[in-house]
Amino acid sequence: MPIPTHADERRTAAKVAALIFATVALGVAFTLYARGRWWLPPVASAHGVLIDRLFYSTLWITGAIFVLVHAFLGYLVWRHGARGDERAAHWHEHRRLELTYTLVPAVGLAVMVSMSGVVWSKIHRAPPSDAMVVEVRGEQFAWQFRYPGPDGRFGRTDPKLIDPRRNPWGLDPADPAAADDLVTRDLHLVVDRPVRVRVRARDVIHSFFVAEFRVKQDAVPGMTVETWFVPTKTGVYEIACAELCGVGHYVMRGRVIVEGPDAFQAWLGQQKPALPPAR
Amino acid sequence: MSTSHAAATTEHVEHELGFFRKYIFSLDHKIIGIQYLLTSMVMALIGGVLAMLIRLQLGFPGWRWPELQALMPGGFQNGVLKPDFYLALVTMHGTIMIFFVLTTALSGGFGNFLIPLQIGARDMAFPFMNALSYWLYPPAVVLLLAAFVVTGGAPSSGWTAYPPLSAVAQAAPGSGLGQTLWLLSLVVLILAFLFGGLNYITTVLQLRARGMSMLRLPLTIWAMFITALLMLLSFPVLTAAVIMLLFDRLAGTSFFVPEVVVGGQLLSHTGGNPILWQHLFWFLGHPEVYVLILPPMGMVSDILAANSRKPIFGYPFMVGSMAAIGILSFLVWGHHMYTSGMHPLVGMAFMTTTLAIAVPSAVKTFNWLATLWRARIRFTPAMLFAIGFVSLFVTGGLTGVFLAQPPVDIQMHDTYFVVAHFHFVMASAAMFGVFAGVYHWFPKMFGRMLNERLGRLHFWLTFIGIYATFFPMHFLGFAGVTRRYYAYQLFERLRDVQPLNTAISIAAFGLGLAQLLFIANFVYSLFWGPRAERNPWRATTLEWQAPSPPPHGNWGAVEPEVHRWAYDYSVPGAPEDFIPQTTPAAAVAAPAHGHGGHA
Repeated sequence: MPIPTHADERRTAAKVAALIFATVALGVAFTLYARGRWWLPPVASAHGVLIDRLFYSTLWITGAIFVLVHAFLGYLVWRHGARGDERAAHWHEHRRLELTYTLVPAVGLAVMVSMSGVVWSKIHRAPPSDAMVVEVRGEQFAWQFRYPGPDGRFGRTDPKLIDPRRNPWGLDPADPAAADDLVTRDLHLVVDRPVRVRVRARDVIHSFFVAEFRVKQDAVPGMTVETWFVPTKTGVYEIACAELCGVGHYVMRGRVIVEGPDAFQAWLGQQKPALPPAR
Repeated sequence: MSTSHAAATTEHVEHELGFFRKYIFSLDHKIIGIQYLLTSMVMALIGGVLAMLIRLQLGFPGWRWPELQALMPGGFQNGVLKPDFYLALVTMHGTIMIFFVLTTALSGGFGNFLIPLQIGARDMAFPFMNALSYWLYPPAVVLLLAAFVVTGGAPSSGWTAYPPLSAVAQAAPGSGLGQTLWLLSLVVLILAFLFGGLNYITTVLQLRARGMSMLRLPLTIWAMFITALLMLLSFPVLTAAVIMLLFDRLAGTSFFVPEVVVGGQLLSHTGGNPILWQHLFWFLGHPEVYVLILPPMGMVSDILAANSRKPIFGYPFMVGSMAAIGILSFLVWGHHMYTSGMHPLVGMAFMTTTLAIAVPSAVKTFNWLATLWRARIRFTPAMLFAIGFVSLFVTGGLTGVFLAQPPVDIQMHDTYFVVAHFHFVMASAAMFGVFAGVYHWFPKMFGRMLNERLGRLHFWLTFIGIYATFFPMHFLGFAGVTRRYYAYQLFERLRDVQPLNTAISIAAFGLGLAQLLFIANFVYSLFWGPRAERNPWRATTLEWQAPSPPPHGNWGAVEPEVHRWAYDYSVPGAPEDFIPQTTPAAAVAAPAHGHGGHA
């Protein structure tokens, strides 16, 4: 009983190989084009430089494998289309070859684990003692920021005390440290000064994402998660919410202003304590 | 020859069953498999339409579609798609495609159809439980789709349903009754998966034909077996989490919800931890992506071998790597949570396991390539999709290397880079597995051939459509374009995103339309396709020894006996370029006897 072997199997092989080659070529071409248009925004933080370096080495390695594996796949398809009654090779075992392509990726990935591990531990090492501290809180659908005020200490907060109009942050008036806490609509940071950001949420999970800083930290209600970084370029940046938080997720935009120390002090001086004076 | 004899007596053992017992409430694994497959196709159509609506909004934000409003009055306002409906679309698209299409089509469809046939059994170990497994699926569908029509609409917390968003009715329009229905629907569907999984494991262990040792099993069966183990071990964890979340929603418990103020109101919850849900969810969620990719890996291996006319390369390594993937898949869930506030050291551990899982994945890829080396490839549509699978798996696998590294993931997490990554590796690649499987086993399922020309065209359009749709999304991710956004106009930084999004949408529409070719081919061939012979691909595995389609009980009076492994293609000196698993060693030495299976 003859099988449906097509006479044009060789031509199909060439076409499919061409499809694979074209996919790779277009993929590379599009990457080069995207480089100038849809790409990592220019980095504006100290640790971001390390992340970018890791990103580019990963991009080179995976890019090369993408091209090579596809080129080989295309070659195999092009080369080994059926030819009449000719039989394929009966070849299905080659222990040394298989061990090679088990161990080589394993070693490569081990190197990658250590490279990444070094960067990861640098990102998460203890912040310098002179770092300023600020709190970021996500809520549906806005960001708020709290500075500790002249005493350098954050006052106690309690969700039970939240009053959307008079006390949106839920500051505890009984805590003296709360009296001078400042709550602001924008986040102001000092260029080249490390900042510890305490990330919190009021209602659901949000995520504090500033693409230029290479910073993304989920804001989880009931938890305070601290992350720190050093902004290295003055300018205005956008905070996006990166964790689905409800209908207004896409409008949850905040602003970060990175400025010189003088401008920062001037701005801070204009802010008024968040708690209304004691009744 | 035993099989020829079996074929001759086939007609005598078929039971006389009425239409309902035979095709609707059937206990026959093949009918149940086909039921799973057809229902999954209907669900794929629904999930696909939702994807098109998502792309409509992203490609053409603010456009008016009064015709669509007439169809879906709740989802549009003044002809413009509403933000809450957009989130409902995102949530339901993900849920449907992952649980109600890919899991059901691959494990439910091909698992059911192929396991008994490929191991030489007459049916599953527990046919009634098998039927029950399928018959839990439609009620789950009804519960899920009902969410669209209840007050507040379908859930809008994403397929991952992170609380408190999913736990608190006030947090989002869809977090009311819609979310409850979603959770209930998952409980029912998981029950179906557990019945199925238990059945597969028992069947593979207990009902293999004489001579079918574990190391003679086709890789499809190994894949289905390991998948069933993953399902059995991971889905109960999600069940527990889902029930806990239901309690939080309905009974006032606080497993996942701390003290929160939603919409200016303090809720009564206290002390819960939202991160706990993420751990429980991803403890299923990550094995689940292997539940979607292991079966295609197995099926593609068999399809590549049959159409290369070559044994699969490195069978022991193939089995070993699937087992390794299965085990490691339970140890990587935390890579979804690098930015959740989890301790950095834990992140480091998950990075190590995640990059480790790339090793067996690489081994599989190289073994597929080695299988093609010095092959004589037949470009059937199934083979084209199998080759396409390898390409998509490589592309999607490589982007996983970015996401596995926590420092890089800080930037990429929850952006379109992730969307691109999983649409390649577990959505498109798994879908290619389904297509390859349908083109390959359709003749056995329905006794008719699909149209090859249409099949090839379907492959070309789908392959190009997938790359055109999902490849550019990587760059959106680089640029920091976040997922699950209704629109990007508000962000200064993302102004230039629109042209790319519009182009992606156009590609996606083309990709969607191309699937109509498949449906047309499927429906037409079901009734009018040319009759299929017993073994149209001249393949070695047992299912091709049964008639097309096989009768109830599969084998007639005499069960098949297995004498060799599943990959005797192009054996030097053999009369033909394939030797069925049922052929005894003596038959090859004496070509005059021919081989069994060609009745």
